[in-house]
Amino acid sequence: MSGIAVAGDERLARVGLFRRLLVKPELGSLIGAVVIFVLFASLSDVFRSKEGVANWLDPASTLGIMAVAVALLMIGGHFDLSAGVQVATAGITSGILTTYYGMNTWLALAVSLALVLGVGFLNGYLVMRTGLPSFIITLGMFLMLQGLNLGVTKLVTNTVQVNNFDKVSGYGALHAVLASTFTIAGTPFQIAILWWILVTIAGSYLLLKTRFGNWIFAVGGDRSASTNVGVPVRRTTITLFMLTSLAAWFIGNTQIVRLTSIQAQTGIGQELIYIVAAVIGGCLLTGGYGSAIGASLGALIFGMTSQGIVYAGWDADWFKFFLGAMLLLAVLANQFVRRYAETSRR
Amino acid sequence: MARMRAWTLAGALLPALALVACSSGNAVNKQTSTTAAGGSGKYGYKIAVVTHGAAGDAFWSIVKAGVQKGASDMGDNVSYESDGDPQKQAQLIDAAVNQKVDGLVVSMANPDALKGSIQRAISAGIPVITINSGQDKSKEFGALTHVGSNETLAGTAVGNQLKAAGVKNVVCVIHEAGNVALEQRCAAVKAALGGTTTNLQVDNNNLPAAGSTIKAKLQADKAVDGVVTLGGQVATVAAQAITDAGSPAKLATFDLNADVAKAVQSGKILFAVDQQPYLQGYLPVVMLTLYKANLNVLGGGQPVLTGPTLVTKDNAAQIEKLAAAGTR
Repeated sequence: MSGIAVAGDERLARVGLFRRLLVKPELGSLIGAVVIFVLFASLSDVFRSKEGVANWLDPASTLGIMAVAVALLMIGGHFDLSAGVQVATAGITSGILTTYYGMNTWLALAVSLALVLGVGFLNGYLVMRTGLPSFIITLGMFLMLQGLNLGVTKLVTNTVQVNNFDKVSGYGALHAVLASTFTIAGTPFQIAILWWILVTIAGSYLLLKTRFGNWIFAVGGDRSASTNVGVPVRRTTITLFMLTSLAAWFIGNTQIVRLTSIQAQTGIGQELIYIVAAVIGGCLLTGGYGSAIGASLGALIFGMTSQGIVYAGWDADWFKFFLGAMLLLAVLANQFVRRYAETSRR
Repeated sequence: MARMRAWTLAGALLPALALVACSSGNAVNKQTSTTAAGGSGKYGYKIAVVTHGAAGDAFWSIVKAGVQKGASDMGDNVSYESDGDPQKQAQLIDAAVNQKVDGLVVSMANPDALKGSIQRAISAGIPVITINSGQDKSKEFGALTHVGSNETLAGTAVGNQLKAAGVKNVVCVIHEAGNVALEQRCAAVKAALGGTTTNLQVDNNNLPAAGSTIKAKLQADKAVDGVVTLGGQVATVAAQAITDAGSPAKLATFDLNADVAKAVQSGKILFAVDQQPYLQGYLPVVMLTLYKANLNVLGGGQPVLTGPTLVTKDNAAQIEKLAAAGTR
């Protein structure tokens, strides 16, 4: 009966509420969002008016939907540089199939979904099969789709845009679901904001409350360890790429419904903004850590900053500088909070 | 594996399904007939067109359409290549010179970077016509002539028109940061208008967000009574932003597409100014052909201006059809 004292196990030590909050990945971005809101609200009264809020929630919402999907993928340890151009691919496919080839609208949507899901599958499959970094695989896909979007659009339309989408059958219903507005206190808000909230909740639930969510963290944290404990690494990764494509399909079709047209160059460069939003939201570039709510908050910060600069009346020539500085600050604050939280945990 | 096979089957079935469903009235954009008239000369000259236009840019795709029509009308053998990077553009020119082309068409967004290559072409006996930008340096480098529009002239036209419509406070929407031509347009609008002009930067690759930014500006500054956009695709979202913001601002735009022509007809856009990019592609091919065959030079080598022309309510209906076909 040699009693070994187990009282000092640090894994069982009680952690205070404050510190437990601090280690949440989304906390840094929450603080950032509050700071940026207060900053611009104090500079412009239109920014904090109902119309102003409706305005900056709008770009945040479409970015946020993409950012949640991209965040899940990043937690799973991968990038998708083709996410931005897939938005265009989805919209252009729906537009061309209906307005040029007369396909039934709903079938065209299904075909465009199948197409981008196929792209997502291919991304994931190639990454898994070759073991090459997703950065390279999806960079190739990004360039290919960029060329394909332009080539096909030019070939079919002779111009660089697909237009007249408002004349297809079922446009009214599509518009109601994807691009209508709802009114709060006399101010119209884009319905995409509701979709954004829904996607954030769904993403968070998937990540934190399901077995698949555990797999995502496991795969992103340590791939070989995951394989050893029986996590289906390949299936999880491919599914994550396809989820990103699903989001791109949603946003691409939202865009063509809303603008009634779509440009061939749509989405180029946006893939980095999705990643930025996810990183502000606490995702690590190395995978295994991050949150869906954080990505949404990152999108919110981006939306508030891009519109806030206009509301504040700052010189437009400096726009990108302000934007970059804001984003850098948000990420640094995030990093600082997490470092502090992690050292104080011991 | 069984599931995999099911997916493959579904993939194979989809196109078949799609064909079955292709008969509804959804094909609103289907073109009835695009057989354009035009001659087919048998000159057979080898002409290289090297521009700085980004692939996918609405403007340059119309220039390219003009080039191709010029080539088929003249019966020339014309290649079109472009690269936004001045050094790569210079390399494309060098490659054309090495192939001993009969004529060269170059847009000079950055003349100094192209100087060496263009002079190599000229000393190799290849006639050069510059297009679109670089008018100031065209003669100096030894080019035959320059075909283009003058941004300042176009901006002045827009400014004067807006002034006549009673507009005093304009927002000029720039969709490509650092593009000299766009800055020149805004500056010329400002000079001609005489009132207030402020520049606003938006992202060309995320048009819904660009719309939100324009709306934010209109909400923040109620004194704005005019919006000028510098590309057709931005004009469409600007029109929506003006409506959404409940702003009385009048909208004018540079450059054209079918949606802009439609919006001009409905009055959402006051007018559009077009520099006729088609001519910037078509004319140089014809001019080089005539120079090679007959030593013709137009106007003693003076710059040939392709614009500005105004698209207003009066002519927008006709132009809409041409814009949809990608030639205006």
